[in-house]
Amino acid sequence: MSARSRHWGAAPDRPALALRNLSKVFGDVPAVDGVDLEVRQGEFITLLGPSGSGKTTTLRMIAGFTLQSGGTIEIDGVDMGHVPPYRRDVGMVFQNYALFPHMTAAENIAFPLQMRRVGRPEIKRRVADALGLVKLEGLGQRYPRQLSGGQQQRIAFARAVVFNPRLLLMDEPLGALDKKLREALQLEVMHISRQLGATVVYVTHDQDEALVMSDRIAIFSRGRIEQLGTGEDLYERPASLFVADFIGESNILRGRFEPAGDGGWLVRDPWRWQVGAAAAARASLEGGAAAALVVRPERLRIVGVDAGPGLATGVNAVDAIVRDVLYLGSMRKFELVLPDGNAAVVRQQRGGGGHEGRAGDRVRLTWAVDDGVLVADPHG
Amino acid sequence: MTDSWRQPRRLLLLALGALTVFFLMAPTLVVVPMSVTASNALTFPPEGFSTRWYEKMLTDPQWSSGFVNSAQVAFLTAVLATVLGTLAALGTVRGRFPGKSAVNALVLSPLIVPVIIIAIGMFSLFVRWKITGSIVGLVLAHTALAVPFVVINVATSLRTIDRNLELAAMNLGADPVRTFRRVTLPLILPGVLAGGLFAFITSWDEVVVSIFLTTARFRTLPVEMWEQVRQVVDPTVAAVATTLLAVTTSLLLLVLVVRRQAPAR
Repeated sequence: MSARSRHWGAAPDRPALALRNLSKVFGDVPAVDGVDLEVRQGEFITLLGPSGSGKTTTLRMIAGFTLQSGGTIEIDGVDMGHVPPYRRDVGMVFQNYALFPHMTAAENIAFPLQMRRVGRPEIKRRVADALGLVKLEGLGQRYPRQLSGGQQQRIAFARAVVFNPRLLLMDEPLGALDKKLREALQLEVMHISRQLGATVVYVTHDQDEALVMSDRIAIFSRGRIEQLGTGEDLYERPASLFVADFIGESNILRGRFEPAGDGGWLVRDPWRWQVGAAAAARASLEGGAAAALVVRPERLRIVGVDAGPGLATGVNAVDAIVRDVLYLGSMRKFELVLPDGNAAVVRQQRGGGGHEGRAGDRVRLTWAVDDGVLVADPHG
Repeated sequence: MTDSWRQPRRLLLLALGALTVFFLMAPTLVVVPMSVTASNALTFPPEGFSTRWYEKMLTDPQWSSGFVNSAQVAFLTAVLATVLGTLAALGTVRGRFPGKSAVNALVLSPLIVPVIIIAIGMFSLFVRWKITGSIVGLVLAHTALAVPFVVINVATSLRTIDRNLELAAMNLGADPVRTFRRVTLPLILPGVLAGGLFAFITSWDEVVVSIFLTTARFRTLPVEMWEQVRQVVDPTVAAVATTLLAVTTSLLLLVLVVRRQAPAR
């Protein structure tokens, strides 16, 4: 496959895509508001966020369909400021596939090669290769309307990669497919992209899809990147309340931060929770700042309230009342109410030996200090 | 079903419908039997049967040159109006520029402005430009009248195609011209062809503007008919009218067929 790579992997030291202070204003509404992002050669990066967070507008600016109001876009080190979409050499897969209905699957795939004046025999060979890549050999003569949704999306994918673009952009490409097919195609798209060494910018609002497919994820909120990192970074070390809330399930304890030594305490009378040194350093909050401690559901343990005051060092605790216990096969999910009225969730692996709480029970939740992540609380 | 048809209200509706169709069609269709009369006068009902008026139509140089002129003008009008109308539709549907709705209204205005006013205006202008009595003047005038039909047909087609298809073409390396040729045009082709046929028909049976812009040496068929009816009234007019009707009807049927060719989706 390396012979195919005209651009892919061409200059590993230079970013394949660099967005600097990119912004887009529609009327006087900022849709994208100062986005900075560098994508490495061969990297699979996902723009994840709720609808209206600016991720699709960012993608359309990279493709050149929408002109930015400010900032720059560089592809392979070249400024795209005045480069029209048809000279950007960027492949795009649309949510509704956007296959040309008056052309067969093979003609659709041949289109970008014809535009690049590739010779007929080579077009024929590369179209056959691309059809093989997406496992649709033999369906080249079908028209799009004669193909299923999943097959159409594979053709659209083949059409977007057949010309070895510098970048592959995908705008919720699996959004219109049912769950099972979507999961199968997630893996397929990921494997083929990796096989080709393609640099991919993928847009989705589905966090599971983002976690499965991406090398790194950029969480978008209100036109900005809230946090950029691997799935593990985002899940284990969310940098803001928004990210903690958006990725996975979270337990959020609100209070005021009090520094002490390297770490500190989150105080909410009558409770005090210890904050680890690493967590405190990452959050870098002033003393007295409104803050929140985020603990993932599988990091909490349920113990009886009679466990007594003698907590081991390095362990935090809070009391709660069990509202529901849900049996989920491999695990048990507890839904609880905290003293401040907020909801809490605990996931307990089967055979994990935790407390057998029942609805209505008063229990104590404990967690290791290092499992708590400190973030600023903008609403505090 | 059969019972409901017997209801008086249904019958009344049916009768009214039939009457309306009769009123609409009768004046048009009455020329067909009149064209095969054996008599020398334009009468209804016809007396006997003869095709001699069709023979006269084809052999008389007045009529045959009218045919040729009409066909030429209608063909050139159709071509010119299709090109201009398609471009205008692209501009008003896809373009973004100040005064867009004003431009759109202007392009469609020949549909609303009384034809006699257009005719007088064009006549006074074309006299100054010295293009009355020429094929150029008539084609230009008919094009102005025909463009709205093309614009409406093409704009309707354009609005039904997915904008992402054009974006996809550009993304894959097609500049705007190639995007239009390879993607947009094939998808709006039924609308373009229907518009072109309407343009042809518009010119083919146009009489008001043509009367102003033609001379004894250069006449289209409808103008020739107008002149003949005022002077001699012989059944050749009915034969010509029947022929015109046949051509127009077949073109309208063709429009229906073309429209059936729904953009493949």
